[in-house]
Amino acid sequence: MKVPVSWLAAHCDSGLDPERLAERLSMTGTEVERIGIAGAPSPDGFVVGHVVAAEQHPDADRLRVCTVDAGEEETRTIVCGAPNVAAGQTVAVALPGARLGDGTKLRKAKLRGIESAGMILSETEMEIGEESDGIAVLDVDAAPGTPLSEVLAISETVLDLEITPNRPDCLGVYGVAREVHAITGAELGPEPWAEDAEATGEGDVSGLASVSVEVPDLCPRFTGRAFTDVTIGPSPLWLKARLSAAGQRPINNVVDITNYVMLLTGQPLHAFDLDKVPGGEIIVRTAAEGERMTTLDDAERVLDAESVLVCDRNGPTGIAGIMGGQVSEVSDETTSVLLEVATWNGTNILRTSNLLALRSEASTRFEKQLHPDLAMRAQIVASKLMVELCGARLVPGTIDVDNRPASMHPFDLGYHPARSDALLGMDIDPDRAGEYLTRLGFHVHGSAPQEAIAVTVPPDRHFDVIREIDLVEEVARVHGLDEHLPATLPGRGGAIGGLARHQVLLRRVEDLIRDAGLDEAITWSFVDPARGGLAGLDAIEPVVVHNPLSEEQSVMRTDLIGGLLAAAAHNVARGAERVAIFESGRVYLPEKPPPEGGPLGGRFAGIRPSPIAEPHRVAALLIGELTGAGWRRAGRPADFYDAKGLIELIGAGLGVPVAFEPEPRPFLHPGRAATVLAGERPIGWIGEIHPEILGRIDARSGAAFELDAEPLIAAATAGDERYEDVTTHPAVAEDIAVVADSGLGAERIRATIVAAGGVLLGSAKVFDVYEGEQVPDGKRSLALRLEFRAPDRTLTDTEVAEVRAGIVSALEGIGAELRG
Amino acid sequence: MLERIEQIREEGRAAISRASDAAAVEEARVGFLGRKAELTTILRGIGELPPEQRGPVGKTGNEVRRELEGLIDEAKARHERAELDDRLAAEAIDVTLPGTPPVLPGHLHPLTRTRREIEDIFVGLGYRVMEGPEVEHDYYNFTALNYPPGHPARMLQDTFYVDAGSLGPDPALVGSDGEPLTVPPGPRDVLLRTHTSPMQIRGMEEQEPPIFIIVPGRVYRRDSDATHTPMFDQVEGLAVGEDITLADLHGTLLTFARAVFGPDRDVRIRPHFFPFTEPSVEVDVSCFRCGGTGRFENDRCSLCKGTGWLEILGAGMVDPNVFGFVGEHGYDPDRVQGFAFGMGIERIAMLKHGVPDLRMFFDNDVRMLEQFR
Repeated sequence: MKVPVSWLAAHCDSGLDPERLAERLSMTGTEVERIGIAGAPSPDGFVVGHVVAAEQHPDADRLRVCTVDAGEEETRTIVCGAPNVAAGQTVAVALPGARLGDGTKLRKAKLRGIESAGMILSETEMEIGEESDGIAVLDVDAAPGTPLSEVLAISETVLDLEITPNRPDCLGVYGVAREVHAITGAELGPEPWAEDAEATGEGDVSGLASVSVEVPDLCPRFTGRAFTDVTIGPSPLWLKARLSAAGQRPINNVVDITNYVMLLTGQPLHAFDLDKVPGGEIIVRTAAEGERMTTLDDAERVLDAESVLVCDRNGPTGIAGIMGGQVSEVSDETTSVLLEVATWNGTNILRTSNLLALRSEASTRFEKQLHPDLAMRAQIVASKLMVELCGARLVPGTIDVDNRPASMHPFDLGYHPARSDALLGMDIDPDRAGEYLTRLGFHVHGSAPQEAIAVTVPPDRHFDVIREIDLVEEVARVHGLDEHLPATLPGRGGAIGGLARHQVLLRRVEDLIRDAGLDEAITWSFVDPARGGLAGLDAIEPVVVHNPLSEEQSVMRTDLIGGLLAAAAHNVARGAERVAIFESGRVYLPEKPPPEGGPLGGRFAGIRPSPIAEPHRVAALLIGELTGAGWRRAGRPADFYDAKGLIELIGAGLGVPVAFEPEPRPFLHPGRAATVLAGERPIGWIGEIHPEILGRIDARSGAAFELDAEPLIAAATAGDERYEDVTTHPAVAEDIAVVADSGLGAERIRATIVAAGGVLLGSAKVFDVYEGEQVPDGKRSLALRLEFRAPDRTLTDTEVAEVRAGIVSALEGIGAELRG
Repeated sequence: MLERIEQIREEGRAAISRASDAAAVEEARVGFLGRKAELTTILRGIGELPPEQRGPVGKTGNEVRRELEGLIDEAKARHERAELDDRLAAEAIDVTLPGTPPVLPGHLHPLTRTRREIEDIFVGLGYRVMEGPEVEHDYYNFTALNYPPGHPARMLQDTFYVDAGSLGPDPALVGSDGEPLTVPPGPRDVLLRTHTSPMQIRGMEEQEPPIFIIVPGRVYRRDSDATHTPMFDQVEGLAVGEDITLADLHGTLLTFARAVFGPDRDVRIRPHFFPFTEPSVEVDVSCFRCGGTGRFENDRCSLCKGTGWLEILGAGMVDPNVFGFVGEHGYDPDRVQGFAFGMGIERIAMLKHGVPDLRMFFDNDVRMLEQFR
């Protein structure tokens, strides 16, 4: 909402300079986005002039040499190209040194040999209108030399306000003036609709027009007034100046009046050429499905059955509350006018406006729901201007189809100062509160406030202030939150803060991966269904975004690795040789959320389960070297075992035994892929990325994993440890070498040893692998360190030998034997 | 005989002091104290001497032996030490060559760091941290937060919706009234949450007052330009009890702002409008670059654009209508009151670290990520 400051001051002059006023508005809830200037950057150098003489330029057909009295001792010679300049006119003169709206500084200039000491201005040059064929002739009685700004807003300061959706009353200058009155205490001028125009026309409006409203719930009120003897013409300069500064293009006096009154009162209006409305008959109805009409902007609109139309006998003349049609548009030939001021259903207007993708000054106001009482205000203000500016005669009577429901009748609210203070944590004197509400336009009953102050809500605030809490807000913001509100901390009432166990452990997982050298990435939740050419990652049907911004972001991700590969591609394309990244985030699966577990598994608080499952995952991708190479040590691309080491690191950090079972996946190297298990439970995958996929992102190596966070963290024992005595009876360590077929998995051998070792075998770890001359072809030797321990005694050699013998025979059972 | 022993003493002393390395010392030891050495022979044959000589010869001989042993040990130690010194000197390295790189730690994403910092501040103030769904019902995202039917935020141009047919078999959906859907879901029933505020409702459904929670998480809006990404991160806060006031909100956010941006910061609160809070406010923190003066190094402060203030969040007192939706869980609008707030993590991270463009957070360029420890 653009509010010219001089227009605002005409209704409430705060006496504050624009910056101070803007700050006060911002601090009370009406944000000023910008303080702009309409017209010239400064009023300096612009004066009223009288054209004393205007003669033909001797050397140029189109130029006139004017003698202009600008209130100085001597007249000025100004060369002017306008055809309409003539002696006797009062005009706007820019003197050398003045800056025009486009920023140019005016200088003395010779035009075809004659020096021009200034410029006589057109409307365009003053930025108050679009008339540029000639100079603007001022319709004011002002002495030559009078600063132009005293008669015309040549340099207008404009406040650009962000009006919150609950305040349609501030979509009118008078509403903003009331707000300024409330927050500054400055006097508010009389309501512009206080006095109606005199009806000097003939007959009664009922003889000229009729209105039938078929959809009363969508049109709570429809008023109409008729005007005869209308003379269409340009609006006076002051009106053009105000409209231009407020961002409205002046058109002709009747249209300008409808716009001006809307900008003043916040209530949109529409003018019909009454002669083009057959029989003066207006019908308000909903459209037929698919019904078409052409709006003022020359576009054909297709409507649906919920859209409301204003029609004449022959069909639609306008889309209710949004835009008029061309059928009965006011034109230069118009002599009688029907002025429509209606109240529409805001939700319906918003819906239709969105359906048509058509927003207008009118629809932005109607969609916030205006009160029916505003209609007559606009009729009254407009009637006076029609008479004054168009020479029109107001036909007696007003068509008023008032279908307002009971919910739009006035109502009272009670304001309890004690309740207000308890909510705000700030005491506001009840008398002050009453004063604030009065200034805001609320009618405060009684004088001495007791326990409660009773107020009647004005129509301007009917849909916004409906409860006591809304009054509290009004009182608090006018009182000044920034100035008066204390800063205290709440009593906790026994609430205990802290991170939940899963949150602590998830942070631990992220920190472990970070400390192992990886950078955390955050990738998009919505992805390309074609995965940017990385097809084959998985086969899950994704959750589809109904209205995506682009095809590339049109389905919800079902894995993290896709995003990591895309991020890696981004980095590789920019010259990165090493990309070690991980992500800790959600995937979105088309299935019901789990009935058990916590937020990491996608089971959230609330009595209505979430629509889908959103499990949290942790994934990593290693491209290039994980460990830094230096002058002593060559680097080596990270491979399966580097990725596995990371998972083992996480397992060790959480106290989760992790296991790996070979299992191919389409996007992994078929011989270097495995399922990851926490205990017995599969929690994800690990592997080297398939060379074909690596090729698509220009990477030569790549190892990765993706794990479900919920089962991983649920299996964690970190923090739940019990002390175990391992010092009183030390362990006995022994290294063994086991020879077996190369295809026999190391974990199979280790698990066999652990099972055979029983309670006395504390641990068994593989520490070396050998294939070569010392062992037969197709076989390999694994070296393991075994630790034997009993909690209650130090084991004897004999006991260890017995256990060892059991292990040897178990190994033989799987085709493995002890070496040496 | 005694004279010979004294001679051996002198010869031994001379030989040991002449020995220039450990090997020569060893040679002297063998020569003077070895099994075939003259002194050893003398001492071994002492029993064959006349009785009156045995005493003096034994005494002097042993004395010389001990003296030479001492001298040899001493010389040996001296030479071994010298040899070690020589060897170590030969082992000197170029200490100016680069060290062997250990695995250097990686980097948490700046958004994660900022989120954790925010979480930790509120944990310190007694809050719990909750998570909530990103694919959400209209009911939680709008209806229960007091958005009237037909509110513009529900429009297709602002909010991402999700195709009900892609939600998997037999999804448990609710209508905008929160009741289980008895008709097939429409295009507007399931959405990507536009804010973390739905968790106010879910949180209150789960826990009776008093409740102090914050909820970090991803949110989505149909906007994409230099200052908007269609996906971003928020932190919601909710504090409800019987006597929690707007002044408590003020104090809480002042404490927060000082914890994040420094102890000298101020906050200012401006009335605003949100459907689910009343009164509603926007909160600015005094600019930490220019100290709130709007001027920095004799120029207009570029961070706060000369205003001295940085907008960081929206907040307000929970609207009684919102409590109406969770009344059966202990939130009687006439008995409880409290505040809620929501802030953008990206905004705070950008301000704190001078990141110029929101979109950089999602490029995952390692050259950017590795600037944050």
